Amino acid sequence: MALLGRTANGLFWMFRYIERAENTARLLDAGQRISLTNLSAEPDEWQSVLVSAGVEAAYNAKYDTHDPETVIDFMLCDRDNPSSVRASLETARTNGRMVRTALTREVWEAVNESWLVIQRRLSGRISPRELPAVIDLVKRQGALIRGAFQTTMLRNEIFDFCNLGAFIERADNTARILDVKYWLLLPEHSQVGSALDDFQWRSILRSVSAHRSYAWEYDGEYRAVNIIDFLMLNRRMPRSLAYCYTFIEESLKYLDRNYETRQPCFETAASLNERLSGSSVRQIIDGGLHEFLESFIRDNNRLAQEIGQNYRFYPGA
Amino acid sequence: MNSFDEMLLANGEVREPYARFHEWFREQDTEALGEKAGEAEAFFRRTGITFNVYGQDEAAERLIPFDLVPRIMAKAEWDNLADGIEQRVVALNAFLDDLYHDQEIIKAGILPERLIAGNEAFLPQMQGFRPPGGVYTHIIGTDIVRCAENEFYVLEDNARTPSGVSYMIENRETMMQMFPELFAQNRVRPVESYPHHLRRSLAAVAPPACEGTPTIAVLTPGIYNSAFFEHAFLADQMGVELIEGSDVSLIDGRIQMRTTEGYKPIDVIYRRVDDDFLDPKVFNPASMLGIPGIMEVYKNGGITIANAPGTGISDDKAIYSYMPEIVEFYTGEKAKLQNVPTWRCAEDDSLKYVLEHLEELVVKEVHGSGGYGMLVGPTSTREEREIFAEKLKKRPSNYIAQPTLALSTVPILVDGGLAPRHVDLRPFVLVSDKVRIIPGGLTRVALKEGSLVVNSSQGGGTKDTWVLRD
Repeated sequence: MALLGRTANGLFWMFRYIERAENTARLLDAGQRISLTNLSAEPDEWQSVLVSAGVEAAYNAKYDTHDPETVIDFMLCDRDNPSSVRASLETARTNGRMVRTALTREVWEAVNESWLVIQRRLSGRISPRELPAVIDLVKRQGALIRGAFQTTMLRNEIFDFCNLGAFIERADNTARILDVKYWLLLPEHSQVGSALDDFQWRSILRSVSAHRSYAWEYDGEYRAVNIIDFLMLNRRMPRSLAYCYTFIEESLKYLDRNYETRQPCFETAASLNERLSGSSVRQIIDGGLHEFLESFIRDNNRLAQEIGQNYRFYPGA
Repeated sequence: MNSFDEMLLANGEVREPYARFHEWFREQDTEALGEKAGEAEAFFRRTGITFNVYGQDEAAERLIPFDLVPRIMAKAEWDNLADGIEQRVVALNAFLDDLYHDQEIIKAGILPERLIAGNEAFLPQMQGFRPPGGVYTHIIGTDIVRCAENEFYVLEDNARTPSGVSYMIENRETMMQMFPELFAQNRVRPVESYPHHLRRSLAAVAPPACEGTPTIAVLTPGIYNSAFFEHAFLADQMGVELIEGSDVSLIDGRIQMRTTEGYKPIDVIYRRVDDDFLDPKVFNPASMLGIPGIMEVYKNGGITIANAPGTGISDDKAIYSYMPEIVEFYTGEKAKLQNVPTWRCAEDDSLKYVLEHLEELVVKEVHGSGGYGMLVGPTSTREEREIFAEKLKKRPSNYIAQPTLALSTVPILVDGGLAPRHVDLRPFVLVSDKVRIIPGGLTRVALKEGSLVVNSSQGGGTKDTWVLRD
């Protein structure tokens, strides 16, 4: 059976938004941790949460303070913020409804139920006290969707488009988190090694749910080079850029094989992946961490657009 | 009003088809059944079996309430109905073919020409064109009401775009999950093969341009349409594409869908978009839901449209009133199913009668559907009747009136046990190389005590409908 371009687009964005809802929740978790230590000096931790999520401008247009409750509300419940947990799940579910015929009953029901449960939970403001339980709920629902997805979906092009959405979004998210905190990881700063830095680094790891696995992969000490390596180049770390690109390249390869074509977006992904495997942490830092991340985010976005063009996501293509 | 109850006779006796069910029910704890009803609702909600109500917030998806007492029909009852329905759908297709060709029925003086000329549901674009297989209305949902043991009436034919078949299937699914023992005790004919039959029916009327296995697609107006769930459900169950207008283009004389691999021609389209929105080049030019150029491709044999454009003419309620004559004219037999007596307000005597008896009658718009724009005399207020009378006098030909029928009742589950509520029945019929009627249908039930309005848009619910094997 053929797959409609619009359906491929719906699958892609459905999974981007499922991924985004969880990422937003994790960012809030990390933000909350830091603010609880009262160590945070410059810059404001809640502001960096907004910057990492790419919604600072939208937030500033609406509010002029960064008090935790307002930021939490904006990131969790606000339907005007397209990246809020609530809005993300609503978009994911709307896309899911549109592409329902491409999903197994299990996946559709997991998405629909997540939306029902979380929407109900987020219908009013969430106090900082309730935050941990809410974040836990969001992560659990995400796990249910992914579980249904992994265990019931046929490994065909539908599966590939879903994965592409999830991993493009995840790569973007990890790169943004690093980019907001890159100054902490620069040599002149990373030698200081104060208690504050330790905490900041741990919070970076926490925001990608990796504070435990870091200790497993490296020695327990927080070192800038190790953190950069872990989040960018380590192919065993499921939220690293390199890991995401392993899957992106693979998914595009499967699509090419399935359709017996060779699409330009595959070349783009392969060369981005190559850039990750061909670099060392040292090289990245020497060449400018911020610059590297900035161009990565841009190229990752461009790849997403190219996938949409090559696979006719929109009319006129 | 004394109504016929399909489970319990006036003397308290249980009617035969319900005997086993009734026995089972007596052993049940009604409180536990109430919990089951809650489970069923949660199931519908999770599965997303919802519909959107027009005029309400887009996000307001509602459930159609489901009542877990089945509506049960004996084999003989059903066989009679099915016979009558088959006769009727064959006549309807012959009638449509005649209307769009020689109009023999008008020439014979049976149907007045004024009902066709100037009727917006009659499409001049279809004149002289015969769809593949000669089939006009492929999917029909005949609305039937019952007033007594042997008294059935056809209320509407719904030859345009009947909806609700997904509820027929999901209701059964739900009942089988909740009460498997009932299906062991009763020999109920299955309904879940409907999508399979639909696919076969559609494939059998592929257009001349089709090569090999026909490619079928369901055309939906999109996720905000009230019946979107059903569109997705049917596409899914048939294993065909669910498309929107923006997914296709006219390329090389065919309607082709944009896939991840390029464009692919569609052979048969089951469209759930109204005639008016189907082709902006031919009908409403502002339509964003349709497919520009599809009518031209259709006429050149490049695609089959189900149902054919222009079938809505037979849903006209003034034309409905001629159905007994129509059936006889094309089949040479008396109609096996009765029509509801109908006053055509366009006729002076009728209008006068209707205006004098508004409080007894149901008055409907000739093009209306979904229970909108109608007056139910017995439950209306004086003020409502006065306002309606004005509308009637202004455009009499826009209305017909029918007596308020004593619709039969079937019990529903309420807090204290069972209570009778009025029902109707919509069996689903497929017309193609042959007529396929699925044993059962959608039973709609008015949940409010005494209410006769069963439409889901007006607070009606549904029931699983059983046709017994013996």
